[in-house]
Amino acid sequence: MNVFDILGPVMVGPSSSHTAGAVRIGYVTRVMLAEEPVRAEICLHGSFAATGKGHGTDTAIIAGLLGMKPSDMNVPRSFEIAREKGLDFHFENMVVKDAHPNTAVINVEGDGGRSIRIQASSIGGGRIMVNRIDGIEVNFTGESNTLIVHNTDMPGNVSRITSLLAEKKINIATMQLYRHEKGGFAVMILETDQDVPQEIIEEAQVLEGIIKVTYLQAVEV
Amino acid sequence: MAYNSISEIIEICKEDGISFYEAVMRDTCKDTGHSEEENMTRMSEMWRVMCEASVGYDADLKSRSGLVGGSGRQMEAYMKSGGSYCGEFILTVMAEALKMGESNACMKRIVAAPTAGSCGVMPSVYIAVKKNHGFSDEAIVKSMFVAAGVGQVIAARAFIAGATGGCQAEIGTAAAMTAAGLVALKDGTPEQIANAVAMTLKGMLGLVCDPVAGLVEVPCVKRNVTGAANAVVCAEMALAGIDSAIPVDQVIDAMREVGDNMPSIYKETACGGCANTPRGLEVARMLEKS
Ligand code: SF4
Repeated sequence: MNVFDILGPVMVGPSSSHTAGAVRIGYVTRVMLAEEPVRAEICLHGSFAATGKGHGTDTAIIAGLLGMKPSDMNVPRSFEIAREKGLDFHFENMVVKDAHPNTAVINVEGDGGRSIRIQASSIGGGRIMVNRIDGIEVNFTGESNTLIVHNTDMPGNVSRITSLLAEKKINIATMQLYRHEKGGFAVMILETDQDVPQEIIEEAQVLEGIIKVTYLQAVEV
Repeated sequence: MAYNSISEIIEICKEDGISFYEAVMRDTCKDTGHSEEENMTRMSEMWRVMCEASVGYDADLKSRSGLVGGSGRQMEAYMKSGGSYCGEFILTVMAEALKMGESNACMKRIVAAPTAGSCGVMPSVYIAVKKNHGFSDEAIVKSMFVAAGVGQVIAARAFIAGATGGCQAEIGTAAAMTAAGLVALKDGTPEQIANAVAMTLKGMLGLVCDPVAGLVEVPCVKRNVTGAANAVVCAEMALAGIDSAIPVDQVIDAMREVGDNMPSIYKETACGGCANTPRGLEVARMLEKS
């Protein structure tokens, strides 16, 4: 924690957890979708469901899905902008088992046919934690450069990705592995010290056993 | 993060013959990997947004509950009328704190300091200091590092969120940070900074977090005013040479103890205090229907 975790973020009010964090959840979801979102189903859980409306949590999530950051003055106008851009959205309240009180589950489809389901929570001060991707439990904040690799659960996949990164002198800060069930489909989350260039992502994408590669450049809180 | 206590910072100031600002800046450079100049630029941006938020205040806006908006303008009108007890400096602090708190409630852009709910305390005092006492932007930005350094220690030893420690952790911390900044601006000693922080926190110990309908509106906006006033008077006491009988780190630990033992109805759950008054409950029901 440094002084800029104390003073900051610059954000649109009224609440760092219910507004700024919610924008970030939407934003990170958009980046992981890697397309222009056209349809979104959003479920709010716990305190997001109870006081979300008064805090603009709904407007905030849509703003993030549209690519806005928490400091964007247009956050309060996001519903209007979504209509202009043709993003169709729907909100519901839902109880998510064992979830943080400020949690949202977002099902989103993009204009190129990709879709993704993200469960994320706002953990205070505008910081967030992504808890699930497409049903698989994960754990990352998006504050570091993050490479998310969907792959088949087969031997060799992890080393293929790590050696590709090593070759390009990209240092892995942390690495986590998650899977649905043995032999099924798995997700690798790699946080890196350096920015991962586009060509590496493309190279990784065509490796054997790799289903989908998504890259999230570190976003300042 | 290197500092876990204020006494540690004071120790380093003495040993190395540096100021409180320099001690915090040195640690910040290490942590961010950026130069002093780069860190100053980043902090200046926070200060710029604070000033911009004050200028952009819109008194005609109402918050989602409809309970908040327009008080900043009322305060400014009262100030101009000239019939008040307080002088212009403190009246400006009050007006600015209301304006910032209201802007936040109305979804305008602010700087969380340390949280969005308490975003009015620090800028209100700095804006008044600049307007009425002519301090430079650079001096103000430097003292913001002192304030943030204090906030860092409070976050490490206790908490800075209403949900974990009650409002003492939010408005209380914001006020303590601001008091530290004020003392630093007048070239107070590290000990005087510590005393200002201790006295401010003691004055806000036990303050509960009880937002009506769970919204950052009531009592939050007006607590920014009382927090800011508290920061000013405690900074003045410290600059007058008055000591805190309890050392600052022990006061921060006391805040932690109070927060840890505070029932959850007073921790942002909107189940106690102002939120649980007949009027508070009525507002909550009204919002649920709409
Ligand atoms: S009452 Fe709670 S929400 Fe309001 S300012 Fe205090 S800590 Fe923040």
